[in-house]
Amino acid sequence: MNIAVCIKQVPDTEARLRLDAAGRWIDEEDLAFVVNESDEYALEEALRIAETTGGEVVVFSLGPERVREALRKALALGATRAVQLSDPALLGGDALSTGRALAAALAREPFDLVLTGSQSDDAGFGATGSVIAGHLGWPHAWLVMGVELEDGGTVKVTREMESGMNEIARLRLPAVLEIQAGLNHPRYASLKGIMQAKKKEIAAVTAADLGIPAEEAGAAGARLEILSVSFPDSGKGAQMIEGDAATAARALVAKLQKEARVL
Amino acid sequence: MATVWVVLQQREGKLHRMSREAIAAGQRLAAAVGGTAEAVVLGQGVDAAAQEAAGFALGAVRVADHESLAEYTPGATIAVLERVIASHAPAYLLFPHTYQTVDYAPRLAQTIGAGLVPEATGFELADEGLVWTRPILGGKLRARVRTRGEGPVVVSIQSGAFAADAAESGSAPIEPLEVDWGAVSPDREVLGIEEVAGEQVDLSAADAIVAVGRGIGDADKMGIIEDLARALGAEIGASRPVIDNDWLPRDRQIGSSGQTVAPKLYVAVGISGAIQHLVGMKGSGTVVAINKDPGAPIFSVADYGIVGDLHEIVPALTAAIEEAKGT
Repeated sequence: MNIAVCIKQVPDTEARLRLDAAGRWIDEEDLAFVVNESDEYALEEALRIAETTGGEVVVFSLGPERVREALRKALALGATRAVQLSDPALLGGDALSTGRALAAALAREPFDLVLTGSQSDDAGFGATGSVIAGHLGWPHAWLVMGVELEDGGTVKVTREMESGMNEIARLRLPAVLEIQAGLNHPRYASLKGIMQAKKKEIAAVTAADLGIPAEEAGAAGARLEILSVSFPDSGKGAQMIEGDAATAARALVAKLQKEARVL
Repeated sequence: MATVWVVLQQREGKLHRMSREAIAAGQRLAAAVGGTAEAVVLGQGVDAAAQEAAGFALGAVRVADHESLAEYTPGATIAVLERVIASHAPAYLLFPHTYQTVDYAPRLAQTIGAGLVPEATGFELADEGLVWTRPILGGKLRARVRTRGEGPVVVSIQSGAFAADAAESGSAPIEPLEVDWGAVSPDREVLGIEEVAGEQVDLSAADAIVAVGRGIGDADKMGIIEDLARALGAEIGASRPVIDNDWLPRDRQIGSSGQTVAPKLYVAVGISGAIQHLVGMKGSGTVVAINKDPGAPIFSVADYGIVGDLHEIVPALTAAIEEAKGT
């Protein structure tokens, strides 16, 4: 079974964020980037399936030069090869233009399954995998917490619902599954894997390769435009309590007793 | 005149709890753009849900009731909406941002060539036109966005963004939607809906909760949380990363995919405060947040905040509580 995994590189969730000069996005200089969390689970699931069924795991990512680091990590974990959608014309898109480009890249090879994370930790659209599926004309499922391949070209998925309920459903292959964090335990790269990854191929793909006119690609083709970003009114309601740990703790307890009356 | 469709979610004839909020958002948007808000209800045997929706001030409640929609599938839902959108031409399609609508609304947007604004928390008519706000980077930042291009706009409305009480009551006519049902087919076979195994601890009745997040760092650091919970007589809850790392069992999870809680005292330790967590605890009385990042969104919903290393502050807090209680 040949599986494609779409991964995104996002700012480390621990990183302190600053706005860029235009106030339209964050300042990416000196920012640490990591593989998006749910994408790591998607990759792990793909590697496990391929270990059982045989076949390739090909990892795709749309993004600038720095994205090669994320792809290299995926290769070290066991992906066979990688495809980077690195053309500047493809960058800065929304879920619709990014999904279209990824779908066009995926359609160039015969995959049985495409796995993505369920949501990126930066833009947070939760939409790109579904858009990919729409372009490919394949069934999809979002927020997948369990994947079980069946004989006869179907896959049984467990899909998370609200309030502690799950949906169990069967999809025809090929399909796009948008994986929720937590369904497996992603592995760590071995030294051998890291060494092998250096020799693995990262192919570069342009908008022209995908037959997408520049005016319909990336930021130019996006239907959603960010006008500005800002920090929410942090601590609007919160009284911030200062001092060393012991002082702050005592002050908090006094407030919980006398003001809030909850102790 | 622009028509705003609010596509409601129902199950077994009952509207989803976020329906009122979505209707409130739809009514406000219709007023802002000078149009009419209408509700759409899809399913089989949805009379009761349609009646419920008809109790609001809406131009119409449009209903597609058919066996193809007996169980939710994205394929059948999108096929129906694609057709009725083509015949009615709504300008805006609003959805409550739920795990079901996120499953199909983006693909609907792609299918019909619409713009897509996921997880909107508000809108305003500004110099730049109709501007939506939505959280990015796990709620650490807020983005002002607008759509461009032709065609309808698909928007999902985040839980808690519009007050349910603001939904204006009224009496709306219920009107069936004309659909060519031959063209509607599911794209998945629903085998069942089941409760997640191991759901045992009921946090919803707890008077006090100490909730722990990713900031705790490891399962073996959990002792200081247990000590604090014991001192407060509190239950222990957690945000999603703690559960995904197996540091605590899944029945301790608070948030959109876990439990919804409303204790008198909620102490959030090492929790940054992503919206998925906040929706599960926003009914809490007094909220205390302890986090090393002064920009963490949890501080915006907290009553008291301490910025610093939780591994120092939590034991100090436990000691201070015990001191105050004279133990």
